[in-house]
Amino acid sequence: MSGESEKLIISGNSSAAYGAKIARAQVIAAYPITPQTTIVEKIAEFIAKGEYNPQFVKVESEHSAMAACIAASQTGARTFTATSAHGLALMHEMLHWAAAARLPVVMSNVCRAMGPPWSVWADHTDAMSQRDTGWMQIYAESNQETLDNIIISYRIAEKSHIMLPFMINEDAFILSHTYEIVHTPPQDLVDAFLPSFDPPYKLDPEDPHGFGSLSMPHQWYMELRYKIAEAAEKVLKEIQIVGKEYGEIFGRYYDLLDLYECEDAEVVLVGMGTVASTAKDVVDDLRAAGKKVGFCRIRVFRPFPVVALRKLLGDVKMIGVMDRSFTFGYEGPLFTELKSALYGKSTPLMKNYVVGIGGRDVTPKVIRKLYDDAYRQLADDDIDIEIQWIDLKGEQRIHERRDL
Amino acid sequence: MTTAETYDDILLAPITFKDSTINKTGAWRTFRPVLHPENCINCNTCWKFCPDASIKLPDESLGEDTPTINYDYCKGCGICANECPVNRKVNRKGGDESDKAITMHKEVEFE
Repeated sequence: MSGESEKLIISGNSSAAYGAKIARAQVIAAYPITPQTTIVEKIAEFIAKGEYNPQFVKVESEHSAMAACIAASQTGARTFTATSAHGLALMHEMLHWAAAARLPVVMSNVCRAMGPPWSVWADHTDAMSQRDTGWMQIYAESNQETLDNIIISYRIAEKSHIMLPFMINEDAFILSHTYEIVHTPPQDLVDAFLPSFDPPYKLDPEDPHGFGSLSMPHQWYMELRYKIAEAAEKVLKEIQIVGKEYGEIFGRYYDLLDLYECEDAEVVLVGMGTVASTAKDVVDDLRAAGKKVGFCRIRVFRPFPVVALRKLLGDVKMIGVMDRSFTFGYEGPLFTELKSALYGKSTPLMKNYVVGIGGRDVTPKVIRKLYDDAYRQLADDDIDIEIQWIDLKGEQRIHERRDL
Repeated sequence: MTTAETYDDILLAPITFKDSTINKTGAWRTFRPVLHPENCINCNTCWKFCPDASIKLPDESLGEDTPTINYDYCKGCGICANECPVNRKVNRKGGDESDKAITMHKEVEFE
């Protein structure tokens, strides 16, 4: 396999498994949950065939999975795990730990809706709920990107001035269980691109240290948190540097944003994950009909690419933000974050389109309706309502903000 | 590695360079157990029950024949005195504090 790139037709979950294997993750501690399970099953298959030899730890819950990953990473091992929705929620306190302990764990999260009602389908609520934990977040659009994201993430995460964990998000079923063409990067080139993980301080009985001890208010807690903030900002530049490096070696370039026909666009829809893939087809159709539309896929959600967004969306007159999750009592989180990033810098018309909740299909027809709706706002030079839930059954539901 | 003085001294996460045994939690005590070898029957119940592993079994090489209490870490919870079978017999049958194998005292008496 070394030196060769294989062209495979595999699911997103298999792509993630290949990513972990090619990145040579040394310890994998995971617990099954639909629709992530086949990531770890694929890894188990690699191990059974003798193609891959990590330490594979079967744990009793996702909380234990992250705890085991933290411990393994603290010993200086490259660590990987995978989860989804309720599993991600179950490990919530450990996510905070991994980030603040500055451990470069890489995790595949298959974005799935939270219950009740019980749902296994695509929704970003699970990952969104973890945006404050200090984990960096990348949302993939394709299976190829899922695989590449894992290798790129280890490269950035393990840099001594970064040392933060990365969550690689892939939409449930749309990526996890759908087969696409994926090229595996040659092992020898990946080995050169990704040096072995060797942190300065490790859990080592020969050289003992205490990790994670107490800090009083007057001691170093606040300063240590500031260091996390500094490191997270540095990730912005690293995404661009490493994304370019990856492109030069493997032929696929990655950046903070994935802009499609935005240069002269008067209406841009913004979104994350696989809705981008569908939207690009709609953009092609509309462009062919003479409409100046574009799509901005936010690939890196944490750190939030404030400057890049200000620069690239600064001249757009109407922005529709597609949220695949919702913060009850407020609005779609991506809507909030984008508005806030543009505050004081530009004043486009902006509207929140809540789509695909609980895996509801976001079809080309739906996206076409959003572009049409966005044009109506532009024509009125005003927003009719700030937040609109799209494609709900029955009568049109208008989500009014009540003036107090 | 000495105690950090400035922002640039500290590492990226809280990492200690001394082991936790430097933290002598016995300093938190407000009550102190005292073992009386003359009444002790060497059942080692106190050693078994101590939640802080602060009671040591007798070290025969040092000529000890009863357990000893490690006051560096003993927090004075009193479980040893409570579980001691000699103490329990004294409490049951009525008797003197001086018959007990472990007695509890106020820590201030030892300062």
